[in-house]
Amino acid sequence: MRQGIFTVEENAPLTGRVRRLRLRGDPGPVEPGQFADLRIEGCFLRRPFSVCDAAENSLTLVYRVLGRGTETLAALLPGDELDVLTGLGRGFDLGLAEERPVLLGGGLGFTPLFLLARRLRERGTQVSVRLGFQSGDQALYEEAFRALGCETLVVTQDGSRGEKGLVTDFLPEEASCFYACGPVGMLRTLCEKAPCPGQLSLEARMGCGFGACMGCTVQTAAGPRRVCRDGPVFGKEELLWQTQV
Amino acid sequence: MADTSVELCGIRLTNPVIAASGTFGYGYEFAGLYDINCLGTFSFKGTTHKPRFGNPTPRIAEAPAGLLNAVGLQNPGVEAVISQELPKLKACFHKPVMANVSGFSVEDYVYTCSMLDQEPQVGWLELNISCPNVHGGGMSFGTDPAAAGAVVRAVKAVTTKPLIVKLTPNVTDITAIALACEEAGADGLSLINTLLAMRIDLDTRRPVLANGTGGLSGPAVFPVALRMVWQVARAVHIPVVGLGGVSSAEDLLEMMLAGATAVEVGAANLVDPYACRDIVLDLPRVMEKYGIEKISDIIGAAHG
Repeated sequence: MRQGIFTVEENAPLTGRVRRLRLRGDPGPVEPGQFADLRIEGCFLRRPFSVCDAAENSLTLVYRVLGRGTETLAALLPGDELDVLTGLGRGFDLGLAEERPVLLGGGLGFTPLFLLARRLRERGTQVSVRLGFQSGDQALYEEAFRALGCETLVVTQDGSRGEKGLVTDFLPEEASCFYACGPVGMLRTLCEKAPCPGQLSLEARMGCGFGACMGCTVQTAAGPRRVCRDGPVFGKEELLWQTQV
Repeated sequence: MADTSVELCGIRLTNPVIAASGTFGYGYEFAGLYDINCLGTFSFKGTTHKPRFGNPTPRIAEAPAGLLNAVGLQNPGVEAVISQELPKLKACFHKPVMANVSGFSVEDYVYTCSMLDQEPQVGWLELNISCPNVHGGGMSFGTDPAAAGAVVRAVKAVTTKPLIVKLTPNVTDITAIALACEEAGADGLSLINTLLAMRIDLDTRRPVLANGTGGLSGPAVFPVALRMVWQVARAVHIPVVGLGGVSSAEDLLEMMLAGATAVEVGAANLVDPYACRDIVLDLPRVMEKYGIEKISDIIGAAHG
C-alpha cells in the first residue's frame, strides 16, 4: 500500500452513468485485481475502485455514478487532485494461467480483468475474454481487449450486441482456468459450471480498505477473511456461497 | 524541546497518542507503512474467549463526518490471539501494548483477562463493557452500575495489570457507571465507545447495516466525547483516557484539557492510515503554538 496525490487527466463519460477516470501520479507496483481507495471531498470514508489499468505514472479507473461519492467524483475536472491509496488487496495469481485462461466480466466486472489481460499478453499467453452486459448500449472495452490481442466475445442479455444470453453460457471448452469479476449470481454460477480452476474478484462495502476495521469480512473455507486485505481475489475453492448472498 | 510524555496507571508513555481498538488491528497491518513504535501505544482488536465471525455484512455505513460500524467483535479468540497474533505484534512493536477484552458473561471476561494478564507485552487490560453491536453481553454490562461493578471486581480479582474500563456513552449518566467502576477497583477509564446509531437506504427502505443499528464514531462524536470526558474526569480520581472522533493534535489537547491523561485515536486511522503518526509528529508544533512545555501539565486544566 502507498498513499499519493494524483492529478486528474481525464474524467469522461463512456456510456450512461459509467465514466473513466485517468489519473497522473505514481501508483507504485500494481498487481492486476488490486484496487485503489480514493478520498472524496464531502465523504468521510474512502471509496474503493478496481484498477482497470496502470503504468509507471498513471492509474485508470472505470466507475458507475451511483451515489453521493461517485457524483462528487464525476464532477472532478482535469487538473484537480485526489488523495489515493494504491496497491491494495491481493490480486489475481498469474501463475494459474499456464495454458488457456478465459477472463469473464459481468457489467463493470471487466475493469480488473483489463490490467490482467495486459499482463498475461505481455507474457505471451493466449487469452480469451467474455464480456457480459445487459444490452449493447452498455458494452465497453470490447475493442480495447481485442487491441491487446485477446480473443474477445461480447454477450448481452437482450441479444442487442454479440451473442444473446449470459456470459456464463459462453465458457470456452478449451479453457484451462478462469478469472472472473461481476455480480455474485454470475460468479456463483461460474463456480458451479466451470470444470477448471478459477479465481474471482469480490465486491464489498468497505470501511478502511487495508485490513484494519474488519468491515468487509466474508466466510471462506479457511475461516473469516477480509475482502480488502485477504482478497478481493479469492480462489474458487475458497468461497462458501451460502454466506455471501 | 516539548515534553510529550505522560504516565498512564504507572506506565510511562513517550506521548499520549494511543491507536484505538478495532481501528489498528494487531499493529502489524500498519507497520509496513511506518515504524509504529512512534506511538504512545495502541489497543489491539477486541478479544473474546471464543472465536467470533461477527455480524453479517454490510457492517459499515457512511455518516456525516463519521461512520457507523456493526462489526460485532470479529476476532479469532483469545487462544489464537496469544499464539498467532501477539508474536507478529511483538515483531514490530516493542512497547507495552493495551489488550482490549470483551465478553458475554462475567466468566468470559475473567477467563480472557486472566489469559492476557500473563502476556509479558500486555501493559494494560482495557475492559470493553460498551460494545453496542453484540447481543446479550458487551454494552449490557456498561449500562448498569451494579453489573459494571461486578465484572470489574471479578476481573480485578484474577489480574495483576492495570485495568482500564472502556465506557459507553449510551447511558443517561455516565458518571454513575464511572464511579461504580472506580469503586470496584478499576485503575483507569477510557471513553467513549461508539454512539448507537443507524442509517436507512432510500432505495431498499431498509437499514443500511445488516445488524440494523451500529455504532457512530468519527469527528461527528468529538464534542459529545469531550463533554463526557470532562464530566467523568471531574467525578473520579483515577486516570481517564479520552477518545471519540480525535483526528488532530489540537483535538488531543482539547481532550487533555478536559481531563484525559492519554488519548485514543480511532476512526481517523480508517481514512488515513498515517493519522496516528501524523498526530505524534505534529504534537510538538501545536504544543509550542499554545505555550505548552510539558503536556502532562495541561491534564484537566480546563476545569480551572
